[in-house]
Amino acid sequence: MTDQPATPPTKDDPDEEPLLEIRGLRTYFFTRDGIVQAVDGVDLEVRRGEVLGLVGESGCGKSVTSMSVLRLISEPGRIVEGEVLFKGENLGEKSASEMREIRGDQISMIFQQPNASLNPVYSAGVQISEVFEIHEGLKRKLGVERAVEALRRVGISDPEQRAGAYPHELSGGMAQRVMIAMALASGPELLIADEPTTALDVTIQAQILELMSELQSELGMAIVLITHDLGVVAETADRVAVMYAGQIVEQATTIDLFAEPKHPYTVGLLGSIPVAGARRERLDVIPGQVPNLIEPDSGCRFASRCQARVDNELEICWTKLPDLIEVEPGHTVRCWLHQEVPE
Amino acid sequence: MTATDEPLLRLSGIERRYPVRSGALQRTVGEVRAVDGVDLEVFEGEAVGLVGESGSGKSTLGRVLLRLEEPDEGTIVFDGDDITHTPMRDLRRRRSQMQLIFQDPFSSLDPRTSVAESITEGLRAQGVGRKDRQKRLDEVLELVGLEKYHGRRFPHEFSGGQRQRVGIARALAVNPRLLVLDEPVSALDVSIQSQILNLLKDLQQELNLTLLFIAHDLSVVEHVCERIAVMYLGKIVEVASRDDLFDRPTHPYTEALLSAIPIPDPTRRRERILLQGDPPSPIAPPSGCLFHTRCPIAEEGRCEITEPELKPVADDSAHLAACLLRT
Repeated sequence: MTDQPATPPTKDDPDEEPLLEIRGLRTYFFTRDGIVQAVDGVDLEVRRGEVLGLVGESGCGKSVTSMSVLRLISEPGRIVEGEVLFKGENLGEKSASEMREIRGDQISMIFQQPNASLNPVYSAGVQISEVFEIHEGLKRKLGVERAVEALRRVGISDPEQRAGAYPHELSGGMAQRVMIAMALASGPELLIADEPTTALDVTIQAQILELMSELQSELGMAIVLITHDLGVVAETADRVAVMYAGQIVEQATTIDLFAEPKHPYTVGLLGSIPVAGARRERLDVIPGQVPNLIEPDSGCRFASRCQARVDNELEICWTKLPDLIEVEPGHTVRCWLHQEVPE
Repeated sequence: MTATDEPLLRLSGIERRYPVRSGALQRTVGEVRAVDGVDLEVFEGEAVGLVGESGSGKSTLGRVLLRLEEPDEGTIVFDGDDITHTPMRDLRRRRSQMQLIFQDPFSSLDPRTSVAESITEGLRAQGVGRKDRQKRLDEVLELVGLEKYHGRRFPHEFSGGQRQRVGIARALAVNPRLLVLDEPVSALDVSIQSQILNLLKDLQQELNLTLLFIAHDLSVVEHVCERIAVMYLGKIVEVASRDDLFDRPTHPYTEALLSAIPIPDPTRRRERILLQGDPPSPIAPPSGCLFHTRCPIAEEGRCEITEPELKPVADDSAHLAACLLRT
């Protein structure tokens, strides 16, 4: 994980086409109360074999972003603008059946509640076997054999026995291992993991994170790790994108982001978490609350909570949204403090 | 706090068991020992953390000490009175001195009642007059950082963090001596969580409150509590001052728990103690030391046979651990 290039290749770099490229994505929800601009102009790249952490608090749009990639947004939500390129191909132009194929084959996803995503009436072995049956045309018997192998690979002891277990017979950690086995059965190039350890106890979370990073270095797939937990990101991701109110506000390598956070929201977030074993008298506080995403103000989404805006007497923050610009190689920030304010 | 002081709360040998039913006839086929012989003392003005993973019995213990559930064994002594078997009618006076704050205060607030009414409900039950109730309402709203006008609003108009402030205001209204907090910040976003943690810390110091802070997250507890007890499968396996617990964890489970917490600093890679497997089922707990099935240092022929007791660590009477190999 640490052998990523210090300066990430950009679009000008011909050798490295990003695996996934999101351009100007806007996903809105047309509700009775108004239009919720859940994702409002997200640009993001995921490179082959990297672990990208997508961080933010509830409602920031991190999950909606990933669901948009997979075209799993349903009414009243709609992708209103932007494109998603996977290996250079525009996913927006794919038919529903082509999309289904991509989802099952090249892009996999795991969720927070593994038990809710497994089918309760089929055993773990059969559910994994189905992936092999569909993708490799295997017969059930062979598929189940491969499923047992897959279960062994995700660290399930006694996999022959466990393959016959039904979801309700699995603990949370075990069910998440089954989900991972299933997600990886098709050999995907991209795994989207949406809060994969949030529902788990901390000692089980440690096991799952360890497993994911082992499998990642073994199989070399890229992972988009969606989480609210900065600790999880610090320990697993190569790069981090921080989301706030539907937009990416900062993006950098994990080392840079934690060493030199630039956006006031990122700074506030890092200061507000209690760190085990590093006690402080007081935790930093980000005053106020996340803004309403129905017709948000035209300025910076963070302006009303931003102490740096007050300290620097910046008025433009109220009226004009800053762009996400590169301030150092590979480090982008959406903040007027870090770019020239137009006259 | 000195050794001769009488604790505000003393729990001795608390056990709470649930029957396990199975089959069409729902016959009792066994029992779960949710809390399995817990001794704990909490002194006036102290903030004690109770930490454990799901199924450790920490929430059950909190409910038992408030008599929201009856213990099967053991005694609860609050402020010198044995309240283990006090009839509910007589318990009422004590109840106002012991308040509980939940993870989601929204579910415990009546959606049709204004926040002011919810907060002063307990005072009204005590027969406090209207004028005094209003005065106390204004006081507690200010204490928790809300404005007077918030009292006229209804629960649905509040965000998660504000609701938790309302929950705290309601608990404080009746002037409690002991506040039991069950996962008070785990439903909140990190930026809001820190507001509530700071508030709890301030209130505890300002009002000399006694807190029992129940949580799964050691780093959250560490911020507020000066003494911490760690539970595993219904038992306390270690109890120590905050500093001792973090600097000199003695029980292998405490060590593993500490090392499992992800640290938001990518330059700090640690040797992680990775526990094998899941916690065993509390329906069929292991013999001997409950932790031996996952313990990285368990010794065969010893740990699966003898049940360890909570004993002082290196003659430090304030630091106790239940481990055969380390005490």
